[in-house]
Amino acid sequence: MSMATRRFAWAIGSLGAAAGFIFLVSLPFLLSGCETLDTAAEIGANVAVQTGTLKPAEANLLKTSVTAMSRSFKEITPEQEHYIGRAVGATLLGQYRPYYEPRLTAYLNLVGQTLAQSSDLPETYDGYHFMVLDTDEINAFAAPGGLIFVSRGLLKCCRNEESLAAVLAHEIGHVELRHGLMAIQNARLTEALTTIGMETAKTYGGEQLASLTRNFEGSISDIVKTLVVNGYSQGQEFEADQAALVILGRVGYPPAGLLDMLGEMKSRLKPGRLDFAKTHPSPEARMVEVQKQVGRPGPVRSHPARQVRFDEAMKSV
Amino acid sequence: MVRGKAVLVALALILLAAATAWAAGQKLWSVQVKQGQVRATPSFLGRVVATLSYADPVTVVEEKEAWRRVARPQGPALGWMHVSALSSKRIVLRAGAEDVKQAAATGEVALAGKGFNKQVEDAYRARNRNLDYADVDRMEQWVVSPEQMERFVKEGELAEAGGRP
Repeated sequence: MSMATRRFAWAIGSLGAAAGFIFLVSLPFLLSGCETLDTAAEIGANVAVQTGTLKPAEANLLKTSVTAMSRSFKEITPEQEHYIGRAVGATLLGQYRPYYEPRLTAYLNLVGQTLAQSSDLPETYDGYHFMVLDTDEINAFAAPGGLIFVSRGLLKCCRNEESLAAVLAHEIGHVELRHGLMAIQNARLTEALTTIGMETAKTYGGEQLASLTRNFEGSISDIVKTLVVNGYSQGQEFEADQAALVILGRVGYPPAGLLDMLGEMKSRLKPGRLDFAKTHPSPEARMVEVQKQVGRPGPVRSHPARQVRFDEAMKSV
Repeated sequence: MVRGKAVLVALALILLAAATAWAAGQKLWSVQVKQGQVRATPSFLGRVVATLSYADPVTVVEEKEAWRRVARPQGPALGWMHVSALSSKRIVLRAGAEDVKQAAATGEVALAGKGFNKQVEDAYRARNRNLDYADVDRMEQWVVSPEQMERFVKEGELAEAGGRP
């Protein structure tokens, strides 16, 4: 650490008393989202300047550090995202049986990882991994960090590699856009990030560990509830389709694959079921959005070599 | 006393600005993935020439689209990494009190192993019964080799994967 940064850190430390004042002023707002928090810090700092408690330069410094504290999911490091993703995966696999068929799993990971490498987020802490879930529901889940699950029911909506690629690219889109992390309630994140920022010991003590675990548990529950029950917003689903089109284009898959899959899904979805029928905009609505982008490309003309390996791998579905 | 503090803060800010400017030529990045693969060419199909560890610091000596040619600080260029494997924050493996203070105050430091970590995962597992971590571990072990992917891409006449164009 440079001399300057050390002095800077020390200067911040010496502001302890004044910081305490601002902290108390903003405390009631701590759990109510970034904007309020920023405003509270702003007001608190300004009051402190007016009353002579703080000099303007000191007040600015405090406003900056409080803003840093109230930042949202963007402060989650890829390493932490990895642990969140694992827990989401473990929860989903507590509800769904995995479907292991070596040839299918290998093929799914080949298609998926090839696509992931062409996304805007090819590198995550421990990479992308794909798994089939043993259920007839039409469903897929993307856990933060790149653990992606696709149901047998959804695989049946794919008639060619081009369509399968579209399904996986859509899920990769959710990971790349960090939609899972956005489902975490801001109050939990703020509390967790505050705990992290206060602890210097190598391992967490009882109270901090309990608090972090509580927030972790709540975060996982927020994400799983969104994935399984409530679904993302319609806007987020359309965004994931847009991201999918970009990824497919980069790898050389035609956009028709996405429309083909959505068309097949439309005929297979049963209203009222707790799967894509509940958590996603209708296939028709998604098709309309996709067509705004790519027009009506007509049916997929599957590449012969792709079709051979697709049929081979999908035998067990 | 208060006036003295203000002067000190102003001084610290000026010093910080100077230090930042000086450091601009040698900006440090940190590897933010578990295994940072460094490749001979700016492409995922490029041969892996080195593997860096989480939190390793590197400097960027050349940019090509979403790829960065990296070197160890003061070392020769090693090869290419995708920009998504790098963080502009300094990742600290064993954080001391000052690192924690800096992380909270400036946002320029990230603390490795802090927050949602293995310890929290273990505590979470102990509290929840209906979790299947065994299959998550199994899932994470599925790795596609560059050779397998190259064959897959060629056979299917797909474009070479290279990340953001």
